[in-house]
Amino acid sequence: MAINSNNYFIDSTIIIGDYNNVINFNIGEIMIITTLEAVPGKQIEIHYGVVTGSTVRAKNAGRDFMAGLKNIFGGELKGYTQLLEESRQEAMRRMVEQAQKSGANAIVNVRLATSSVAAGAAEVFAYGTAVKVI
Amino acid sequence: MIDLIIIFGFLFIAYITGSIAEKNHFKRIRAREAALINQPYVVDQFKTMDLSKAQRTEFVHGSCVIAADRFKMFLGGVLSIFGGRISAFESLTDRARREAIIRMREQAIGADMVVCTRIQFSKIGKTQVESIAYGTAIYLNSFDESVVTNSNEQIPAYTF
Repeated sequence: MAINSNNYFIDSTIIIGDYNNVINFNIGEIMIITTLEAVPGKQIEIHYGVVTGSTVRAKNAGRDFMAGLKNIFGGELKGYTQLLEESRQEAMRRMVEQAQKSGANAIVNVRLATSSVAAGAAEVFAYGTAVKVI
Repeated sequence: MIDLIIIFGFLFIAYITGSIAEKNHFKRIRAREAALINQPYVVDQFKTMDLSKAQRTEFVHGSCVIAADRFKMFLGGVLSIFGGRISAFESLTDRARREAIIRMREQAIGADMVVCTRIQFSKIGKTQVESIAYGTAIYLNSFDESVVTNSNEQIPAYTF
């Protein structure tokens, strides 16, 4: 899950070390994220409860036009896939920030969900349990 | 009459392009699945197995948004009157799901296994479906990490 955006940490409210210069940054390097119930090889010390992150994104007009053409002829909508990938990273980043505020160093049992809230807008939701492992 | 011809001509074009796209996509999917055959992915949590030897774990995910062509929508609409199996939509969901799973596994190239895989499906528009697949990649042996981050590149074979 490499984040390739240069402005990844500009709007971030938490400053974690000196990561502002890092361009290719991996969320997994600051926090262990896993879909398992525990982190393999480590013991759960403190349990902080559920952390969530979500974002609602709308498709832009340019993407919608191309998608409209693809809708007729079928096929993968790469613009939408990319859009939802970006919003998923945003949602996961918010989840990680929330976990860091509580002092956790791992999130276990992470789940993702997508739902369409209105025509042309989709919500991406990530949630998990923040824990401290040693 | 001319209106009808235009509508059916339109549907015919959609049918041709849609089926070509689907055929090519399935061909690509089969080739990529064959390349990944040595890397298992499972739904299990492995409560009984000892994963404590794992050097590293990584969250991996893949997604895919696919739209149905107009012919499929038309066919699906007609078939849903009678009920039963609608093969037009079966192939659509199958494509989206397999593509998402392949993308997830390609992120985990070099991992010994992907465990606790979850697959989700959601409708994000009238005809568009999104599938997400996510899981935890388990690396039992530590090795060069720079290989892992470039998931698009092939891992060179180890020389002994």
